[in-house]
Amino acid sequence: MAAVQETVDRVRQIDVDQYRYGFETLIESDKAPKGLSEDIVRFISAKKNEPAWMLEWRLEAYRRWLTMTEPVWARVSYPKIDFQDLYYYSAPKPKKTIGSLDEIDPEILETYKKLGIPLREVEALEGVIRPEGERRIAVDAVFDSVSVATTFQAELKKAGVIFMPISEAIREHPELVKKYLGTVVPTTDNYYATLNSAVFSDGSFVYVPPGVRCPMELSTYFRINERNTGQFERTLIIADKGSYVSYLEGCTAPQRDENQLHAAVVELVTHDDAEIKYSTVQNWYPGNSEGKGGIYNFVTKRGDCRGNNSKISWTQVETGSAITWKYPSCILRGDNSRGEFYSIAISNGYQQVDSGTKMIHLGKNTTSRIISKGIAAGRSQNTYRGLVTAHRKATGARNFTACDSLLIGDQCGAHTVPYIEAKNSSALFEHEATTSKISEDVLFYCVQRGLSQEEAVGLVVNGFVKDVLQQLPMEFAVEAQKLISISLEGSVG
Amino acid sequence: MTALLEVKNLQVSVAEREILHGLTLTVNAGEVHAIMGPNGSGKSTLSHVIAGKPGYEVTGGEILFKGEDLLAMAPDVRAAKGVFLAFQYPVEIPGVATMTFLRTALNAQRKARGEAEFSTPDFLKKVREVAGSLGIPQEMLRRGVNVGFSGGEKKRNEVLQMALFQPSLCILDEMDSGLDIDALRIAADGVNALRSPDRAMVVITHYQRLLDYIVPDVVHVMSKGKVVKSGGKELALELEATGYAQYEDKAA
Repeated sequence: MAAVQETVDRVRQIDVDQYRYGFETLIESDKAPKGLSEDIVRFISAKKNEPAWMLEWRLEAYRRWLTMTEPVWARVSYPKIDFQDLYYYSAPKPKKTIGSLDEIDPEILETYKKLGIPLREVEALEGVIRPEGERRIAVDAVFDSVSVATTFQAELKKAGVIFMPISEAIREHPELVKKYLGTVVPTTDNYYATLNSAVFSDGSFVYVPPGVRCPMELSTYFRINERNTGQFERTLIIADKGSYVSYLEGCTAPQRDENQLHAAVVELVTHDDAEIKYSTVQNWYPGNSEGKGGIYNFVTKRGDCRGNNSKISWTQVETGSAITWKYPSCILRGDNSRGEFYSIAISNGYQQVDSGTKMIHLGKNTTSRIISKGIAAGRSQNTYRGLVTAHRKATGARNFTACDSLLIGDQCGAHTVPYIEAKNSSALFEHEATTSKISEDVLFYCVQRGLSQEEAVGLVVNGFVKDVLQQLPMEFAVEAQKLISISLEGSVG
Repeated sequence: MTALLEVKNLQVSVAEREILHGLTLTVNAGEVHAIMGPNGSGKSTLSHVIAGKPGYEVTGGEILFKGEDLLAMAPDVRAAKGVFLAFQYPVEIPGVATMTFLRTALNAQRKARGEAEFSTPDFLKKVREVAGSLGIPQEMLRRGVNVGFSGGEKKRNEVLQMALFQPSLCILDEMDSGLDIDALRIAADGVNALRSPDRAMVVITHYQRLLDYIVPDVVHVMSKGKVVKSGGKELALELEATGYAQYEDKAA
């Protein structure tokens, strides 16, 4: 049909220019020489003024990493990464210790402004739709590898919530970091997580004390800025007994020629009756029209429902990166604990996505829910890969999974790879999956009512992902909706 | 005076097979035309080509809408200019609330015409008023577009859009298919309320039945891709009695 041909033609036309957030900030950076060795690990640790135990932890991970091999099981293909050809540390040169936002490089602030990120408290309050009462957002901005500004500290302090760069937490709250770091994603976990453990630069640390409901949404915006710099974020969030926190992570990056490796690790821990809601909007540079130059996003995200009646909920909107390899997971250890995974993964051009979740039921009466919406356009490949497992003691475990895929055009692919294992006879697992093409008839119906082709696709896709969008905090949902339209721009006839 | 719609010697092919072989039709503002004919005579093709559905190749002839070359316009431009097609089988759009859809479409049309977009309160007021006049409950507007709608609800939703967008040309493609007699009457009442001196309607149907409710000024008989006979409303009754067979011979 004509419209399909048009779609295909438009897909061919997408180019780097269309990546809206592709600008670069010119700031001097302070970086380690290329390559990876024990010396580099020591260099990073020294740069951060880390205590000896932290350096030891890193070195152990590094030595372990040397014995490991890269995983190849995912449905993604890319040229072999030369790990000696990457920079492992890069920090914007600080003038001195930063006391207030006014001291931050104006160019950095300008970059955030272009992204529409409300760094200043005033800006955070502007144009933000607040659904209930006076919920606010605190931004811990990660520019390349160092957190350059943290807002709302005072108010959080009042509530007893610790929200700071993890590099600071290592110095200021070593007992907490020591107790939890690497307990959800061990240093030996997988190739990229181990690499991260050796060279992680910075990230966020959150601790919510017992019984505290965090008074605002916590938010970190990531940007990759330095050419050829691997970005190794490390995030650790702990919700103590009966506490609640909602954490938002959003990413955009400037366009570039070389592939960039991003291997973050996120660890979440919930104690009895606690809840963490973790939301991500990811829009890293996906590569140009030939699929060249995009970011490799090899992330390990895992939550541990350690306490009874605790809950972890992951929501993700993935639109960027050349390759996404990401499985935010929940270990349902505590009895009656609950894990949720809501995902929208959009791939266009030559993007490859292999994403999903793992729900590991260990405790009694644990429940989990997976809603995954994959949208493939252009020549992209979009795979859902998920594991649901009930261990022998997980009496009464329940899971519901729904994976829906939508195809735009006839040169993309959608794949669903569910792994389901039940070792307890009382476990009840449900799996539903659908794959459909965006229908010419639906598009024509919309266009006949006056919508342009592009508006029509945007509308239909937003309808398709509605169940997941509803899970995002209001501020993020608006941004995500925009992103969905932007990422499908030009890909549809 | 320029006719609202002029179809001149229209030839249309689908996948290299000619469906319309030189069709001519003139519709003036204020008129209601019925197009009748057996299956495969090209009625739906005509409605799709006027609305601009992809997949049809116009190999000859022209279509003028208010004197302008309609075939040169994209389908959404045609919609904004006032061409409305009420579908035989309206599609479902899951996850998109009917209200959202109506508002997006109406504002897209207004924007294309250089008119101000409706604000949310103004739009809600307007929709409630129009829906109320058609007996459409608010609850239906909150559901996904046509999702889980009965046949009658789907057709009423088409009439609602017609009433909301106020197009100058309404093409009703087999509006009676899948409707029981009560649903048909409700939908037809909605259509009749929209009859106006500056609007024309083209009613496509197999059966005379619909024309008892929407009484046409002119009736055309189509067979094998052409209009083979035109006349007044009594022609429809005549067809009901004699069938299409005689016209099929004529066209051949």
